Amino acid sequence: MNKVTKISYCAFIYAFLYIPIIILVIYSFNNAEYSLVWHGFTLEWYRHLWQDNDLQLVTMHSLAVGVLAASTATLLGTIAAVSLYRYQFFGKKILHSLLFILIVSPDIVMAISLLILFSALKINLGFWTLLLSHITFCLPFVAVTVYGRLIGFDKNIFEAARDLGAHDFTIFRKIIVPLLWPAIIAGWLLSFTLSLDDVIISFFVTGPEYNILPLQIFSMVRLGVKPEINALCTVLFVITLFIVCVSQLALSKNKRGVNA
Amino acid sequence: MSDHIIELIGVSKYYHDTSVLHNINLTIKNGEFLTLLGPSGCGKTTLLRLISGFEEPSNGKIFIGGQDMHGIPPNHRYVNTVFQSYALFPHMTVFDNVAFGLRCKGVSAAEVTDRVHDALKMVKLDSYVHRKPQQLSGGQQQRVAIARAAVNKPLVLLLDEPLSSLDYRLRKAMQLELKMLQVELGITFIFVTHDQEEALSMSDRVAVMHDGNIAQIGSPREVYEEPTNLAVAKFIGEANIFETELIRADDKFLEVVIEGKPFKFKNRKGFSTTDAIVTLVRPEDLQVWALSEVTDTQNMFPATVEQVIYKGVTVDLQLRLHNGKALAATQFFNEDDEKLDFNPDEPVWIEWVPGWETILAADEESM
Repeated sequence: MNKVTKISYCAFIYAFLYIPIIILVIYSFNNAEYSLVWHGFTLEWYRHLWQDNDLQLVTMHSLAVGVLAASTATLLGTIAAVSLYRYQFFGKKILHSLLFILIVSPDIVMAISLLILFSALKINLGFWTLLLSHITFCLPFVAVTVYGRLIGFDKNIFEAARDLGAHDFTIFRKIIVPLLWPAIIAGWLLSFTLSLDDVIISFFVTGPEYNILPLQIFSMVRLGVKPEINALCTVLFVITLFIVCVSQLALSKNKRGVNA
Repeated sequence: MSDHIIELIGVSKYYHDTSVLHNINLTIKNGEFLTLLGPSGCGKTTLLRLISGFEEPSNGKIFIGGQDMHGIPPNHRYVNTVFQSYALFPHMTVFDNVAFGLRCKGVSAAEVTDRVHDALKMVKLDSYVHRKPQQLSGGQQQRVAIARAAVNKPLVLLLDEPLSSLDYRLRKAMQLELKMLQVELGITFIFVTHDQEEALSMSDRVAVMHDGNIAQIGSPREVYEEPTNLAVAKFIGEANIFETELIRADDKFLEVVIEGKPFKFKNRKGFSTTDAIVTLVRPEDLQVWALSEVTDTQNMFPATVEQVIYKGVTVDLQLRLHNGKALAATQFFNEDDEKLDFNPDEPVWIEWVPGWETILAADEESM
C-alpha cells in the first residue's frame, strides 16, 4: 500500500469512530435549543449545567459511587490476583476462569441476578446495593489487570527477597506493591470509568432516592436531546479522555519496568 | 564454631509419592568450594533449596553453623542464594538491590552505604550504582546478584547454576572470577551445575549426584580419574566402556578377557571372581595406530575410523570396533606420535597403556 492510501484508510476509520463525538461537542456550543443548524457559538449550555442543582447532586452521587467502588474493587482485586499468583490451593484454576466469565457475561444477566439477590435478601435498593453491584462488576477487571502484570515477573524475585531476610509484609510493601503500582492505578481508573458510565446494571439495582448521572441523562433524553446534555456529555468525554491518558501512561511505565 | 559449616544427616525429600532425594549425608567444611554436579532432575537444586530453607526435608536433619535448621524459614538462615535467573528487583537501582538484605536486617544507613560500595567494588560495578538492572548486560546483572548475596556476609553462599545463561566466553571469565572471589571472601560456596567442566575447574570438592543420591564425592581429580561407579564415570567426561569377562580374581590380580583377548589387571578394588565388571578407558588414554605403525598387535583391538574431528589442540576420532561398538579417542599433538590425520574408513589398531584403565562394577545399563 502506498502512503496516500494508508493515510486515507486510517482517516476513514478514525472519522467513522470519532465524527459522532465531534458533532456532539460542536452542538454543545450551538446557540440554539432544538436546531441542527449552526446558530453561533455560546457557552450558555455549560452555564445551565453549572446552575442545575439536580444534575450536580447526581454527579456527586456518581463520583461517590465511582471512587468508592473503584477503590474497594482495586483493593479486593489486587489481593485476589496476588493470592491466585502466589499460593496453591484447591479450585484455583476454576476461580481464575470464573473471573473471565464475569468479564464477558452480559450486563443484563448480571443486573437481573443482582436484583433477584437483593430482593431475596430483602435489601432496599439504593446507595448500598448500587455500590455493591459496581464493586462486583469492577473487581474482575482489576484482578485480571494485576494478574497480567504479576505473571510477567520472575517468580524467583519473591524468593530472593525472602532469602535476603524480608518478612511477608516487607515483601508485599517493598517488592509486590511497587512492582504492581502501574497495574493497580490502571485497574482503579478502569473501574472508575466503568462505574461512571454504567447504565444497565445501575438501572436495576438503584432506588429512586439515589439517582446517578447516566440514569439521569437516560431519563432526560426521553424528552429530546437538549444542548445541555450535549454539554454534559462533552464534559464526561473530556474526563474520560484524561483518565485514559493517565492509565496509558501508567501502563507504558509498567512495560518499561518489566522488559527492556 | 565447628569446622563443619553444613551438615546433612540422613536427609530425604518426597513430593507426594515421588522420592527426589534419598538419605543424603553430607558434610561441608568452612571455606570450601563444593559443587553439586549432576544431570537435570538428579535432585541437586532440591538439595540447595533444602539448605536455603525454601523446602523442608521429609526426613533427616540439616545443621548450618552447628544449629539445627528444622522449622527455620529462609529469612532467618545465614545463607544467601544467587539464583539462576538472577532475580534482581527490576524497580530498584543496583545500589538498592544490593542494600536490600542489609536494610531488612536494620543495618544503619551509613554502614549500608559503605558495605554496598565495597561489595560493588569487589564485583567491579561501583560505577553503576544508579543503574536499573535492565540497563545492565547479562554478565553485569550476574555480578549484581552475587554482590547482593555476598554483601550480607552469609556463612554459606548458594549458587544455583548462576552461569548457565551466559555465553561461553563470559562463562569462562566468570568461572575464574567466582573462584577468586570465593578465596577473597573466605565464604563457603555451594555451587550447583550440570556442566562437568565448570565443576572440575572451580571446585575444591565435587559431589556427583545421580537419581537423588550422592554417587561420589571427592576432589575433581578423584572423581575424574578414579570414579567409584559407572554413573559417575559416564557423567564426568566421555568414557569408553569395554565389556569384560572376569576369569579369575585373587588378592592382587584380575584375569579377564576383553573382546576375545586376555588381559591381567591389578585388582585395586578387591573384586572377587563372581563379580560382573566393566573396563573403562578415557578417550585421551586410548592410543590409535595406523596398520603400518605397529607390528606387535597382541594387546590391541582392530577398529575402523568413522569420523575425524579436528579441534586445534586435539584431534578427536570416532571409531568402531569390529563387533559394532562405538569408541571415542582424543589424540594430542606430540613428537612420539606424529601420525594423527587418519582418514574415514581407515582400519587401525587401538590400545591403552596398561594401568590407565579403570575397573568398575557393571550395572544393568552399562552396556
